[in-house]
Amino acid sequence: MTVPRPLPATDRDTEPFWKGGAAGKLLIERCEACHTLIHPPTGFCPQCESRDTAPHAVSGRATVTSCTVNHKQWMPGLPVPYVLALVTLQEQDDVRLATNIVDCDPESVFIGMKVIVRFEPVQDLWVPLFAPLEHGA
Amino acid sequence: MSTAYPEKQTAITGIGQSRISRGADKSALGLTIDAAMQAIGNAGLKRSDIDGMATWPGDRADGSGFSDVGIPALQDALRIAVNWYSNCSETAGQFGALFNAIGAISAGLARHVLIFRTMYEATARKTGFANALNLPGQRVRGGFNWYAPYHTYAAATQQALFFAAYVHESGIKPEQVARIALNGRRNAGLNPAAVYRTPITMDDYFASPIISTPLRLFDCDVPIDGATAIILSHSDAARDLPNPVTRIEAVGSSMRYRNSWTQLDALATQGQPHVAEMMWNRTDLTTADVDVAELYDGFSFHTINWLENFGFCKRFEAGDFIGDGSRIALEGELPINTNGGALSAGRMHAYGQVHEACTQLWGQGEARQVKGEPRVAALSTAGGPLAGCFLLVRE
Repeated sequence: MTVPRPLPATDRDTEPFWKGGAAGKLLIERCEACHTLIHPPTGFCPQCESRDTAPHAVSGRATVTSCTVNHKQWMPGLPVPYVLALVTLQEQDDVRLATNIVDCDPESVFIGMKVIVRFEPVQDLWVPLFAPLEHGA
Repeated sequence: MSTAYPEKQTAITGIGQSRISRGADKSALGLTIDAAMQAIGNAGLKRSDIDGMATWPGDRADGSGFSDVGIPALQDALRIAVNWYSNCSETAGQFGALFNAIGAISAGLARHVLIFRTMYEATARKTGFANALNLPGQRVRGGFNWYAPYHTYAAATQQALFFAAYVHESGIKPEQVARIALNGRRNAGLNPAAVYRTPITMDDYFASPIISTPLRLFDCDVPIDGATAIILSHSDAARDLPNPVTRIEAVGSSMRYRNSWTQLDALATQGQPHVAEMMWNRTDLTTADVDVAELYDGFSFHTINWLENFGFCKRFEAGDFIGDGSRIALEGELPINTNGGALSAGRMHAYGQVHEACTQLWGQGEARQVKGEPRVAALSTAGGPLAGCFLLVRE
């Protein structure tokens, strides 16, 4: 993309997620007491109310829960089409990530598709992207 | 018995609307003053009678046109003295302002509340990239920041994720979806205030560009310059005013899913099911009592979702319910979006629906008036985790 990716403001809760890619890891906050994954990270386990949480490296494997092929060029220089998706982590049904599905024909992406994470460094962050599993395994 | 719910003690007593256009000849505040003064006059009131003000979401002060007028500017312009005022953006969609006003009236804080919603997006888009969720070069805060790096510049791309999930689970056909846009445009043709009135055909729909699959251009509402105002009063006071007494019968304002644009539990239905359930639990009326439905159509599929979540048809059967469009037409058993909706009349952001519901219940729809002296209107708003709804009943 020739339009630079806008970036999220990070804080002490979210920074591990956006910087884990530096070590090739997708870091999701996890409750150390009951191992529930907590996303977005909050430092509080909604299952057992523990405050003992820490970033945990997950497999990076996920399933496309919904996807759209964006055709509209919202600003000059924005390459289209591209895929915006919501993917659900293999480890837990209620952890969903917004992402782009890359390294494939946009029209080939479908709900239920298995995908795997990869990272794109942008400034001081590593943006998690996903690609079809058969290309990335 | 459901008569105890306080919303039943409130009534819409006046409505007003500025000129709706793709480029206004006056300021956003000027449009808001037009709508407010018209609503106050329509209610048979004077400025000095207004003792409360409410709006959604308040002055954003960002120049995007999404919400350039807040309560302080309008209150000062009209020199209105109030006992209570409030904007609110973290609430059950745009109707949150109205729900707050119900609370204020019920608590005895106000008797006549001026509620307004102003949009100035048509002009804003001529001078900059308006309504951007994310802009390159800035670090994004707030609820959309999880979408920030993924080139999610407009609601259309983000909301297409909900629509895609709905299409996947329901199997609705594109020609059934198209009927929402065609119905709106047909009704807009009978509404002199609508911004797009030229009829469109099924061929026109399929020739319109895809914005973000499965959303086409004609599935997206139209950014406009315009303001809508309504007066919500205590029903005791309403009985002395010129318009027919038109009560709020029941409201739905809940949020029981995860309140998140990424983690929302049910993508295909959005936040609506529990909201509709709450509303029906606060009334003895049923879907069979509804004469006209003004269903939010920021995108066409919002209306489709509401048809199901209100219970006008079963889950994932709205496509067959819509069919060839005759059931939802002005002459049909459930006329919807009778002024053309946001898709063709313009993005008045749910307050267009309130204005139109009153117009219909008061028999003032002229060429687009639905038959049989409608008495009950169902209204809904918003998408994603935002959802709100209510029933209006003319006594």
